[in-house]
Amino acid sequence: MNEALKPTPISKKFITPGVIVIILVAANGLMFLLVRFLFGLGSMTNLDNQYPWGLWIAVDVAAGVALAAGGFTTAALGHVMHKEYYHAIIRPALLTAMLGYTFVAFGVVVDIGRPYLVWHPLVYWNGNSALFEVGICVMTYMTVLYIEFLPIVTERFIGKVNMPGMLSRLNKLVEWLLRILDKGLSKVMFAFIIAGVVLSCLHQSSLGTLMIIAGPKMHPLWQTPILPLLFLLSAIAVGFPMVIFESLIASHSLGLKPEKEILSRLSTYVAPFLGVYLAFKIGDIVIRETFVYLTELNVVSILFFVEVVIGVVVPLRMFLSRAVRKSTVGIFVASALVIFGVLLNRINNFVTAYTPSYSMGQTYFPSIGEISVTVGFVALLVLLYRACVMIFPVISTPHKVTISKSKYSIRGASK
Amino acid sequence: MKQNRRNFLKTIGIAGAAAAGLKTNEAIAAPESILSDERMGVLVDTTVCIGCRKCEWACKLEHDLPTPPIGEYEDRSVFKNMRRPDKGSLTVVNEYENPSNPKGPIDVKVNCLHCDHPACVSACIVGAISKRENGAVVWNTDKCIACRYCMVACPFQIPAFEYDTALQPDILKCDFCYDRSKEGKIPACIEICPVEAMTYGKRYEIIELAHKRINREPDRYIDHVFGEHEAGGTSWVYLASRGFDALDFPKVGNKPMPGTSESIQHAIFAYFIPPFALYALLGGIMWLSKNNADSEEET
Repeated sequence: MNEALKPTPISKKFITPGVIVIILVAANGLMFLLVRFLFGLGSMTNLDNQYPWGLWIAVDVAAGVALAAGGFTTAALGHVMHKEYYHAIIRPALLTAMLGYTFVAFGVVVDIGRPYLVWHPLVYWNGNSALFEVGICVMTYMTVLYIEFLPIVTERFIGKVNMPGMLSRLNKLVEWLLRILDKGLSKVMFAFIIAGVVLSCLHQSSLGTLMIIAGPKMHPLWQTPILPLLFLLSAIAVGFPMVIFESLIASHSLGLKPEKEILSRLSTYVAPFLGVYLAFKIGDIVIRETFVYLTELNVVSILFFVEVVIGVVVPLRMFLSRAVRKSTVGIFVASALVIFGVLLNRINNFVTAYTPSYSMGQTYFPSIGEISVTVGFVALLVLLYRACVMIFPVISTPHKVTISKSKYSIRGASK
Repeated sequence: MKQNRRNFLKTIGIAGAAAAGLKTNEAIAAPESILSDERMGVLVDTTVCIGCRKCEWACKLEHDLPTPPIGEYEDRSVFKNMRRPDKGSLTVVNEYENPSNPKGPIDVKVNCLHCDHPACVSACIVGAISKRENGAVVWNTDKCIACRYCMVACPFQIPAFEYDTALQPDILKCDFCYDRSKEGKIPACIEICPVEAMTYGKRYEIIELAHKRINREPDRYIDHVFGEHEAGGTSWVYLASRGFDALDFPKVGNKPMPGTSESIQHAIFAYFIPPFALYALLGGIMWLSKNNADSEEET
């Protein structure tokens, strides 16, 4: 290895003009949330008996889970396949996934009518329900993500425990506990990493099963028995583009040099996954002969067309081009398109495709409040991400000291 | 290395045991849904109904919903718009034109059909909805988290939600007067009906009766008992003088709604074999690729 990349907390001012704007956006969302909790869901959403699910389930939950797929795809690449070359991107992807799932959980809590009973699926089980499967897997996987993140916390504090005043007496004890934790974790971490990949495959696909039970209420372009497979394939396909997208934005915002080489090599994996997804998507509408719905021009057919062409075909062509993969702008734009495609796919599945048996007036369109909360959550996520990379060693920067090559080394022992 | 392998196996063992536990727990905690051969049913004869809406009144009274005085139900202007069950009413009557007799419109009572294979029961994340022995599909407030997946799943769009309640909002749907049935009483709407538009009895007898009526008066009815096969069969079935499409009955097909999703769910989790096979496969790949990476480093 000729360059020594080491994860380091980034030291930079937290508040910038851009950050202030993001804080305002987040605050706006939180204000609408307050209304929701004081006066009920009907007070600030456009949901009703005809459209029980809307933007929050489509974007905060379904798209949120899909776009956090970078966590398990990079874990599979780096830890399961042992592609050591990519280690620099695993931690940022892990942090994104961890925060992403946290906000998925917030999204669920906000959307259900009785948020304080969100723990019920742990006690009352229904094995027939796809939603139960999603709920349990998401809760378990979120725990796994937090466990996977723990070594980063111990690494940050081992050898640096220095609490003020009275607490200073506990310094040695905390230090000792951290070392025990670190040692234990390093021995069992592989089990959690594999579990994380398995759990992801399970609930990414089960999210697709969710709408199958809606049967004829869902537009035939999207309603297919292979929905779980399509959801899984698209989640895998969007994993690396999300890592590329987020890494480039983070390095730009934090004034770091982009990890161009690694991202460019990572981008070679995208086209095959995207290609497989496209093949199944096209194969599905051909075999079920639902392409006939594309001959009529309406919002539904246009959105399907945009989702597939701009969200899959165009970025697939871009990722196949060597020149695009070598260019930072190229992989950024291509990745953004894949993300857009998956986001639109989830919106289409949960909102566009859904037609109630009886329409009692207006077709659902998200309210200002719903949009504000969703955008506010994204803003909060960005703020937390920024805070985390400043506190914890997440992003790798070129470093003089080479670290031990053994993967589960005992932190702080070399000093 | 050996240490690691033993750990590895141990961890898999523990996970396996946990899964086995999961399986037995599931059997205990699964909703108490029963499809009894002796389940009850109702035949709604839309050619008999006169649209007096006394059933709406009786239903509200029975379920402690705000109930206007019965005199207000004589107002027939409500029929101008199609209405659906909502948080204030678990059943509503809609009126449609009768092409063969303009003076005798067709009135259709709408409420939960109490499916034999209910989508809502299959969908509910916590198993708060169950199909009872008497045929009723009943919602349990103690389990419900109000995720509204039942509303997404229901092909007849029956469950309603209290959108304007911040604390403890309910899902509302017809419960076939489950509490009354425990006392041996028939549902409130059927009891009050002045023209006996509804007949209450064992479902198999009800189906028989429906066909008898069609055979006796083939000019009065179209030859279709809605609910006999729809969505896999429902406890409430309908007779009508004109096509059910024209009376706003949804096209739901004859397959039970939960069929596809449940078979997918059960295939993915068949005795937890697929998840564990994937786990083992990934573990194997991890082990092999680690050895590869190690030997590369040594050379």
